Amino acid sequence: MPTTTALGYDDLPELLTRLTGDEKHDRAALSTLDVLWVLYDRVLRVDPREADDPSRDRFLLSKGHGPAAYYAVLAAKGFIELDELDGFGGFDSALGYHPDAALVHGVEISSGSLGHGLPIAIGMALALDAQGQAGARVVCLVGDGELDEGSNWEAVQLAGRLRLARLTVVVVDNHTSTYHWPGGIDARFAIEGWDAERIDGRDHEALERALGGTGEAPNVVVAEVTR
Amino acid sequence: MSTMRSRFYELAARALDDDQRVAVVAAEIGLSELPDHPRLVNVGIREQLMIGVAAGLAREGMRPIAHSYTPFLVERPYEQIKLDLGHQDVGAILVSTGASYDSARSGRTHQAPGDVAVLSALPGWTIHVPGHPDELEQQLREALRTDDRVYIRMSEEANDAPVHARGLVVLRRGSDAAPVVLAVGPTLDPVLEATSDLDATVAYLSTVRPFDAAGLRALMRGTDVVLVEPYLAGTSAAAVASALTDRAHRLLALGVGNVELRRYGTGADHRAANGLDADGIRRSLARFALPAAA
Repeated sequence: MPTTTALGYDDLPELLTRLTGDEKHDRAALSTLDVLWVLYDRVLRVDPREADDPSRDRFLLSKGHGPAAYYAVLAAKGFIELDELDGFGGFDSALGYHPDAALVHGVEISSGSLGHGLPIAIGMALALDAQGQAGARVVCLVGDGELDEGSNWEAVQLAGRLRLARLTVVVVDNHTSTYHWPGGIDARFAIEGWDAERIDGRDHEALERALGGTGEAPNVVVAEVTR
Repeated sequence: MSTMRSRFYELAARALDDDQRVAVVAAEIGLSELPDHPRLVNVGIREQLMIGVAAGLAREGMRPIAHSYTPFLVERPYEQIKLDLGHQDVGAILVSTGASYDSARSGRTHQAPGDVAVLSALPGWTIHVPGHPDELEQQLREALRTDDRVYIRMSEEANDAPVHARGLVVLRRGSDAAPVVLAVGPTLDPVLEATSDLDATVAYLSTVRPFDAAGLRALMRGTDVVLVEPYLAGTSAAAVASALTDRAHRLLALGVGNVELRRYGTGADHRAANGLDADGIRRSLARFALPAAA
């Protein structure tokens, strides 16, 4: 059940401006905007009033840099106060250039150093299995450049072999990895046992369908966005 | 007598059966000693993942134990220990095997005498250095009852008898002017041997972080402290200095040298090479404070 919302997708530019003070926004922040919006508007079962509900879906922003889009979506969905956006990066602000889960309501993990989210997501999925939380899904957002870090591949391999079906990874692919991924990122997950597909990262209908999970195996959604 | 390692596997297996919160995360090491269990997770030879998975389990309210050889548990995934556990503010119990030079024949790749030093550089860790399997058992049982970040350094070296105490415990009292010799974990037996006929106060510590500063302050009558640690020399020197900031004192910090020794052999060879056997400790004491030891 998607959360109800007072603010919509069209309000996000204003929230971003409030965060950064800029009319134009940097690409790292914007590359994730549509994916985050679709997740919070249509996919994730999360509620700011019950952010610790054990049956909620878990969303882990592993690519923690450029978090303005994340904060804007969290504000639009009622997890953080709109007034908090004004102090972005300040000494007294809860909102830094990399998110801190101890400071921001509804944020599942602190991130910033690349390659940490996916291993934690696997631990969460295993815990939810052990605890019998049948419905809760674990969704982890990584960047294509982030996948350079080898720790991700330790996680991709194990999740595929253990068939952690509650796990979804969305790769926001804005082609920042210097040495690229010959054969495609999706193919590299597929060979490790994941359900994999590549979609247009700005297409909300395609994102909603793909991010729902496949139910059989962990799945990866490579969301392609232009730089 | 059982070894620390065999005791740990017995206790971990029992904890898996007795407590639904407990999970053991392994990276191949130790699997042959542990029975199959749904909450025993082997991640393969993937130590970064081992710590990340432990963090995810802890984030969902479980109590993970991660276990491997010291360099692969503490050094290889050090950033995961810092961020996935510390910065995420979740706990885990890290239990290492292969202390300092235990794996002497295996060489430097399987040795991490800096383990306590590097973990001491991170906030919020409780660090146990048991000197006997019974101490390990008590420390592990206590750790399982909390959600803290706890490191337990197991060793093949062990003392003949356990000493059960939370903080610093005095085993022998010398004159007021005598040096305080602070033996950590498995260094106790050689320290007792080295000081048997000397005017020295001998105290024992198996939990080094948090460091029992109050215990040391209460014990000190003279000016001299000799710290004997079974890992990197000087690891707790800053903690001693901090405890005695307002008191004139001298400190001799013994431990494993910070060198590439490039020698194989046995643990006993390395204990002697690092001056941590009774003879070596006695020689160091003589140079530092006690001419009678010469």
